[in-house]
Amino acid sequence: MPDPAATRWIVPGFVWLWALALISFSLFGARVARYIGVLRRARPEQRWDRLPRRLWLFAVNVLGQKRLFGETWIGAAHFLIFWSFVFYASSFFWNLLRGMAPILPVPYADEVGPMAFALEAAGVLGLAALAVAALRRYIFTPERLERSRDATLILVLISLVLLSSLAGSGFSALAHPRVWQPVGKAIAGLFASLGADAGHAGAGYLAMWWLHMVTVLGFLAYLPYSKHMHLLASTFGVFFAQLDEGVLPAGTEGASKLEEFTWRELFSGLACAECGRCDRACPAFLSGYPLSPKDLMHEVKLLVRGGGGDGAGLVGAAVKNETIWACVTCAACMERCPVFNEHVPLLVEMRRRLVANGEVDAQLQTALMNLGRYGNSFGQSPRNRTKWVPALGFKPKDARNEAVEYLWLTGDYAAYDPRVQPVTVAAGKVFERAGLNFGILYEAEQNSGNDARRAGEEGLFEVLRDKNLASLEKARFERIVTGDPHTYHALKNEYGRDGAVLHYSELLAQLIASGRLPVSQKLEAVVTYHDGCYLGRYNGVYDPPRRVIEALGARLLEMPRNRATAWCCGAGGGHIWMEDVPGIEERPAERRVREAAATGAAILAVGCPKDMVMFEDASKTAGLEGRLAVRDVMQLAEEATRSNGAN
Amino acid sequence: MSGTIWVLAEHWRGQLSPVTYELLALGREVADALGVPLEAVLLGHGASGLAATLGCADSVLYGDHPALAEPMAQPYAEALAALALENRPAAVLIPLTNVSMGVGPLLAARLGCAGVNFAKDLTVRDGRIEAQCLLYGGKIQACVASAGGTVIEGVWPGARQADQGRSDRVPPVREVQLSLAEPRVRLKQYVDPEAGDVNLAEQEVLVAVGRGIQSQDNLELAENLAAALGGAVCGSRPVIDQGWLPLVRQVGKSGVTVKPKLYIAAGISGAPEHVEGMRDADVIVAINSDPSAPIFEVADYGIVGDALDVLPALAEAVEARKG
Amino acid sequence: MNILVLLKMVPDVVEELEIAPDGKSLASDALRMILSESDDHALEQALLLKERHGGVITVVAADGPEVDDALYTAAAKGADRVVKITGLEAGWGTRGLAHAFARVISTLPGLAPFDLILTGTQAIDDLDALVAPSVAYELDLPYVPIVSRVQVDPAAREADVFKEYPGGVRGEFAAPLPAMLGIQSAEKPPRYVPVAKVRAAMKTVKIEPAALATAADGGGPLVYVLAMAKPQASGRAEMLEGAPEEVAAKLCETLASRGLLAGRAA
Repeated sequence: MPDPAATRWIVPGFVWLWALALISFSLFGARVARYIGVLRRARPEQRWDRLPRRLWLFAVNVLGQKRLFGETWIGAAHFLIFWSFVFYASSFFWNLLRGMAPILPVPYADEVGPMAFALEAAGVLGLAALAVAALRRYIFTPERLERSRDATLILVLISLVLLSSLAGSGFSALAHPRVWQPVGKAIAGLFASLGADAGHAGAGYLAMWWLHMVTVLGFLAYLPYSKHMHLLASTFGVFFAQLDEGVLPAGTEGASKLEEFTWRELFSGLACAECGRCDRACPAFLSGYPLSPKDLMHEVKLLVRGGGGDGAGLVGAAVKNETIWACVTCAACMERCPVFNEHVPLLVEMRRRLVANGEVDAQLQTALMNLGRYGNSFGQSPRNRTKWVPALGFKPKDARNEAVEYLWLTGDYAAYDPRVQPVTVAAGKVFERAGLNFGILYEAEQNSGNDARRAGEEGLFEVLRDKNLASLEKARFERIVTGDPHTYHALKNEYGRDGAVLHYSELLAQLIASGRLPVSQKLEAVVTYHDGCYLGRYNGVYDPPRRVIEALGARLLEMPRNRATAWCCGAGGGHIWMEDVPGIEERPAERRVREAAATGAAILAVGCPKDMVMFEDASKTAGLEGRLAVRDVMQLAEEATRSNGAN
Repeated sequence: MSGTIWVLAEHWRGQLSPVTYELLALGREVADALGVPLEAVLLGHGASGLAATLGCADSVLYGDHPALAEPMAQPYAEALAALALENRPAAVLIPLTNVSMGVGPLLAARLGCAGVNFAKDLTVRDGRIEAQCLLYGGKIQACVASAGGTVIEGVWPGARQADQGRSDRVPPVREVQLSLAEPRVRLKQYVDPEAGDVNLAEQEVLVAVGRGIQSQDNLELAENLAAALGGAVCGSRPVIDQGWLPLVRQVGKSGVTVKPKLYIAAGISGAPEHVEGMRDADVIVAINSDPSAPIFEVADYGIVGDALDVLPALAEAVEARKG
Repeated sequence: MNILVLLKMVPDVVEELEIAPDGKSLASDALRMILSESDDHALEQALLLKERHGGVITVVAADGPEVDDALYTAAAKGADRVVKITGLEAGWGTRGLAHAFARVISTLPGLAPFDLILTGTQAIDDLDALVAPSVAYELDLPYVPIVSRVQVDPAAREADVFKEYPGGVRGEFAAPLPAMLGIQSAEKPPRYVPVAKVRAAMKTVKIEPAALATAADGGGPLVYVLAMAKPQASGRAEMLEGAPEEVAAKLCETLASRGLLAGRAA
């Protein structure tokens, strides 16, 4: 085959290559440099730590494309497109270098037999995968996936890259068929049937070679101007992911303008491929709230592309207040996002700005003021935190005065809400039964601050955290146990302290397995379990509650959306305190209880007081009263471990 | 010191307020216990005709001046002070209403004498007037006396029944010329509230909601119950302030006074300002999660619980009975 | 505009109030103080006026438990000066407090000349006086109580205010400046100020102390408490017990027996 670098057209081929490469790389480089310049104006954030873990994340999620397989067909297709693309990119650089330096004693990529075969295979698989992708995007279009011009262009360009290579192989095979080119030979056969012969091979091969190179160079230049910037950015996005999952950065001022966000927060916009997985998972979006995580990412992308633009900032402008408040911080979006974008921290940063401006709805305001003043969102005296104690029948140890092994933090709802107090009483009984050395902080316990933080009131979070830390400092205990996942998450991950923190289900699993808490009467019940967001997605505690439920003798059925795909009850992010948004047909909690009832279970088991409250209310409005009972796993444990007759 | 007991005869827009008769009834008791006369003090401009029904008092002291045409705190206090300096009453009873707000403290300041606020009852012991006062939103009761001299008693409506203070006797009227400074504050107009779809005063059943209803969305629960009972929804001040109900639905000191057959107070604490507007209802049912809420003092039936649970349960029970 | 706002702390009734052993006052151990609700509205109204007309807001309060919190919060919300009166004896009541306010307003440099003084129309512990009329008397100011809307014409030196009357009626009054207004509610509910701003204020804002030369001139409190008690449950209310469904059923029976549920058609 003719050497494209040597073949002349006005000037030798390599001159053209140099020229085109220079233009393409300059355009690419300039745009990328501009992005980097924009990102450098943003707030710093340390994401170079724990390199081994980052490399592993990269291996699994970029090389392995793990999260894409959440949607199986496109997962497989994208995997093939990705690897075929990587392979072709390598081959491209090989050819480019060889083409730009003809004196190199190196063959072109396709001149190496096995390489030619590999290129053909990658090409075919790639095209097949592209066909699947196109079918999905244009015929079986999933919700929130757009048939944008950008997407179409990309599909066409990549197809062109692969087709031109295969066609080139066809022309090559027309003249010199090799055993390494089965596809090429087939295509050559097609060309022959159309009247081509070996005489056309050379010109055809050159044409395809140049078409291929120009397409790739063109694509390279176009890439950073399109949504396919994600090709470049996503790799880094994964590498620079938030390793402390679910933990928020500190800071009270919030962000609205470009310079006020961190570079990683802005990077999410660039890494976003607009695949729509976040929207398809978002309970707020799917219930009709004015929030689309994908649109949010798009606004960030536009902000970065515009270099900060007129300096107006996103809050209240491109991103409306209602949108910012609509998030329940369930992190379903972040769980699904293949490029590890950070939707929730972005929204919380913007909420911080709204709070700083005092733009907070009246009910949320009341809750925040109550938290600050009384340490609980109910606006009740701190002394009422132990109103449930008399029903227990004995007074738990006061951990402020005595050393205990387990420091039991109940959280607000379990202490103040009459619907949840029975769970707390049940827990006390169970701890006593298991002979645990446990105590509570009585009035000294304050709300953990987790939800205040997620509502954007970082200053309040700090105050609550510091008060709680002071109490913890003075008390003597070995581990903390709580039935409140929001408290669990804050204590475990956001207070900056070491020390074991256990959820009821984790402790129960241990106690039952070790025999310390024998099951005296198995539960004859069919149960389905709801994975609360702050226990499940945020902290990966999926198995202990299931082990407990099964150990108690109940039959466990799974809802379609379980574990990491569990559907949020809608109370998080401060929503349990906010005014209701009008015009919502079916609130997240109602949808969930219907999903639970549809499994055929009679009991919806939960591990979170907020879940309990939301689902009890929802079961009434959904007309499921009497058909579906809502119980905390702890209550089930208490029932199943009673000694005959008495406590 | 003559030792007379004075009652400020409150009137507004041409009518004597019912609380005037309540205070006359109370003043009568105090005056009799002390063995001194009871005098009603009527201030106004061309208002002497109102004196005829104040016969529960031994006499009426009428002060006329253009500045007193509308009840306003500073001119009234100035007039009362001038009269008090001359006549030296033992006590002046002034109602704690929006109309007379501020008169008492201004008068006490001018006279340099004692003022007592929030009294719900007055008793006489050892020749001295003791006031039973409701403080802290009705949560604490204090028995209060003055160190001596004239005392200005600010009294809540409802201390006595108005009928006890009405009389057919026409009292003698003593008209006094007053010289008062030109008032600096000028009334421009009264603004009546927009006529609502519902006239609370005509309702036989009212379901009232307070802070305990927690959010505007929960109003529906009250509306359902009101519909089941054939009544209407009203609210205490906080609910109106939040904008959950219009001004015409406010019951209490700045709102409407109602006397329905049935008044259900849900999530209302029972502070005096609200109670003033509904305590004459035939049957009062109170629902509040706080067992020590003052509303239970005035209720016939009390339920300690969450209004958000009790209201729908009640609506259901009522509907069940009908169907 | 130069606006003064007078603040007072009152017992927080969210906490259970207990009587002290002397039987005449509140037990102090569990007692928490909170800014009087209508004073909070007065501050909010002042802030709204400042937003409209510009000017300076000075907040004045008497020393006492938890008052610093209220002062720093006021500063964080936008008050320009915060003044704390020291030397006021406990037990002087609202009368003594009003007198102290009047003294400080008259003597502390920079407070006068002012255009408006705003304070809550009444507080839950105003046993012997109200701040607004008492201060208005001492400073000889025009005074309007129970104010729910304030509009100011700085050029005409006049305030146009709404006072609340029974039945939802409002009276529109014109008061010449300087004037004293007893605020019932601001045009908007008191704004939220984030904790971070209050904490920042604690670091940067100086509370100016204003010491009283003498505790009070007027010669001692004029009223005193003989006894204090929680209202006896009059036992008048028949309490219904049980789960919501049970009490609903019981109540229905009772109301029906009293002829209050005349089976109306839906």
